[in-house]
Amino acid sequence: MTLLHLAILSPLLMALIVPLFYKVAKNVHTGWFVLILPVLLFSYFIQFLSRTSKGETITATAEWMPSFGINFTAYVDGLSLLFALLITGIGSLVVLYSIYYLDKHKESLHNFYVYLLLFMGAMLGVVLSDNLLVMYTFWELTSISSFLLIAYWYHRERSRYGAQKSMLITVFGGLSMLGGIVLLGIMGDTFSIRELLAQQDILVSHALFIPALLLILLGAFTKSAQFPFHIWLPDAMEAPTPVSAYLHSATMVKAGIYLVARMTPIFSESSLWIWLVGGIGLLTLMWGSFNAVKQTDLKGILAFSTISQLGLIMSLLGVGAAARFYDYNQYYVAATVAAIFHLVNHATFKGTLFMVVGIVDHETGTRDIRKLGGLMSMMPITATIALIGSFSMAGLPPFNGFLSKEMFFTGMIRVIEMDIFNLSTWGILFPIIAWVASIFTFIYSMILFFKTFTGKYQPEKLDKEAHEAPFGMLLSPIILASLVVIFGFFPNLLSQSIIKPAVEAIVPAIKESSTLKVNIYFWHGFTPELFMTFGVILLGTLLYVYSSKWTPIYSKIPEKLSFNTVYDHGLISMERGAFSLTRRYMTGFIRTYLVYIFTFFIGILSFTMISQGAFTIDTSELAPISVYEVVLAVILVLGTVTILFAKSRLTAIIALGSVGYSVALFFVLFKAPDLALTQLVIETVSVALFLLCFYHLPRLSRHEERTSFKFGNLLISAAVGVLVTLISIASHSQKMFPSISEYYVENSYKLAGGKNMVNVILVDFRGFDTMFEICVLAIAALGIFAMIRLRLTRRSEG
Amino acid sequence: MEILMSIVIGILFMSAVYLMLSKSLLRIIIGTGLLSHGAHLLLITMGGLKDGAAPLLGEHAKDYVDPLPQALILTAIVISFGVTSFFLVLAYRAYQEIGTDNMDQMRGTEGND
Repeated sequence: MTLLHLAILSPLLMALIVPLFYKVAKNVHTGWFVLILPVLLFSYFIQFLSRTSKGETITATAEWMPSFGINFTAYVDGLSLLFALLITGIGSLVVLYSIYYLDKHKESLHNFYVYLLLFMGAMLGVVLSDNLLVMYTFWELTSISSFLLIAYWYHRERSRYGAQKSMLITVFGGLSMLGGIVLLGIMGDTFSIRELLAQQDILVSHALFIPALLLILLGAFTKSAQFPFHIWLPDAMEAPTPVSAYLHSATMVKAGIYLVARMTPIFSESSLWIWLVGGIGLLTLMWGSFNAVKQTDLKGILAFSTISQLGLIMSLLGVGAAARFYDYNQYYVAATVAAIFHLVNHATFKGTLFMVVGIVDHETGTRDIRKLGGLMSMMPITATIALIGSFSMAGLPPFNGFLSKEMFFTGMIRVIEMDIFNLSTWGILFPIIAWVASIFTFIYSMILFFKTFTGKYQPEKLDKEAHEAPFGMLLSPIILASLVVIFGFFPNLLSQSIIKPAVEAIVPAIKESSTLKVNIYFWHGFTPELFMTFGVILLGTLLYVYSSKWTPIYSKIPEKLSFNTVYDHGLISMERGAFSLTRRYMTGFIRTYLVYIFTFFIGILSFTMISQGAFTIDTSELAPISVYEVVLAVILVLGTVTILFAKSRLTAIIALGSVGYSVALFFVLFKAPDLALTQLVIETVSVALFLLCFYHLPRLSRHEERTSFKFGNLLISAAVGVLVTLISIASHSQKMFPSISEYYVENSYKLAGGKNMVNVILVDFRGFDTMFEICVLAIAALGIFAMIRLRLTRRSEG
Repeated sequence: MEILMSIVIGILFMSAVYLMLSKSLLRIIIGTGLLSHGAHLLLITMGGLKDGAAPLLGEHAKDYVDPLPQALILTAIVISFGVTSFFLVLAYRAYQEIGTDNMDQMRGTEGND
């Protein structure tokens, strides 16, 4: 346990005592206590910057389950540190924002901050764990805490729906990822990411490599809301806005990005990885930006825009992974640099925008853009922040989004030049889709700003009088928006300290060659990228201005084609299917279950016997047949058949008695005097009991069973009978070893002093059997007594 | 001899299963009785039906039949008797309370669905 471990676990520990603060200090907003922790953690993690920027990594191990090779190894390199800083930095701002956003009297704040701290700790654990299983543990904790946060207002039906949906999808992905992790563990015999990296060349040729790749990707794609698993994110917008800002824009959805980046050195050898990560990323980018335009809820726009921006980062990571095939030429590594840069940028401007939307919601009472408009004069500061955020998102200069968008275009254009994995032919789609998606990005960014803050103010549609938010609420978005501007003007502030180490972590081989130069220029000349941006702005503006002309196409796309419908119907039909299946085979008739049991018995035994060739008949050791036995057998069979066809209960009982007495006679013939005695007595008592009971029971009706019903029964019972006969013949034919009874014959008198061997066995050699048999009889007697005497229903009646 | 006994046992099992699959509770109970007879006979048959004296040392015979299966069957007879009698009284009580011995009508109450 080191300080680093303590830092990772501190939010979880803090979560334990938050309710205490809430109870004790009722007049102080609980958030103030919570705020201390992320700020401390941020300043703690900032210290590592100087070391990681030199290429150092920090490792600390705490034993957890050493016998299984599972230890909590914390590992800090550029990538982890970047995420840790995002988590704690934006975490601090979100906590600060939430202090003003959530009312301390109306909301159950202790719940909120416990969940939020759980989430923060889990997220830190995900990005700082070296052991994959430990990472998985934290990964699921993020799913759970996110579930709790989405359903924070649990009395709302939509919140519960959104929480359940996100839970189902992310846990589905998490479990797939666990499968992938286990496969990796089998291949590499370790769960440590660093040790797996070291034997990357062995893993690639392993048969389990592709399944592991697919499963891990499934985990990353579901968490990061990639196509078609993006559907949970828009529904997660039911969470309080600080949660949306924190989880669903800056941190949790980037856990999948982190995973992909972390696993890139292991998996990038495979064309499947590059195509899947790149292709799905682009598809998500396109789908998200296309759908964002039609949203009317501000948070809906932001949700789809998050989806599309995550797709953008993902596609850059996919393209960046191809750098391996060009000797890590800096030219191709640039895509990874762009991915990391955009990751930071997105966290800043998306956090800003969510907070802005929260403010608008808080001050006007609605997030519907059809009701909003003309807020600029009433909320000038908010409007300025929103302008910065949305223009950065659209990729306009001079904000940081412009820079990363240019780098994104660069990365995508270079795909055309790649001559691997068919990228030279199909790769042409990459820049085209990227460009079209950017146009849509531009449009929805403009909608977000102009529809909210310009146009006509409609006070009659609003619940509250719109006015500027308090300063405390504005503080966090101001900080984030100024970061947007600062990173826009001075991108190299980031490049050496944060981006370079992070890229080196994703592309470890580049560290040795030390060719990586991260320089982000604001002005990079008249390049194709610049003209693409001009095109985006031009076409985007045109489309935005004439949006009323073409947006009706959205209504042409039927609602049924959405993935939500697929998900909802899938869920419903799964429930229905399971229900009707259970209804079908759990009939409630005892006969049905007996049929299952007997059929299974017949099937499994006959299959085993036939496949083993065990149906043999050996006649060498058979005892001779005497006339008495044949006659007795005929009598017994006759008695049995009589029962089957008996019309009256008396006939059946007498026939059963005759069978019992025949069995007793068989015992006589087989030289078993004790058995014969017992059988005679017990059969007599049984018959008496049968008579006694049947006297009170109705006539032996056969319920007019259908012929087909009887035929089925006959088939099953005949099969059971034949099988029992065959097995008994077969087992008699295969004597493995002699009986142990010689011992009893020799020692009955010598050791036990009895001459009746059966009795000696019953009370001496195997006396325990007899003791419990007595117990059985006693229990039966008590049970019968209780059944007859205890009549609780009658007693209540009178 | 063993083959003849095996066939008899097979017939007992077959009848028992057929009765147990029917709808009447009475027939099911009779079926279990037949099943235990079949099982007991199966036990003694599998012990070997060779010639020999009854397992009493007083006989001073050279060869005895196997005493162990007999002890086992004795236990089994007693236990199946206990269970059968319990089952009988249960059927009797069930008929008293529910008023039917048709298994199709003994499916629990509507609320259990």
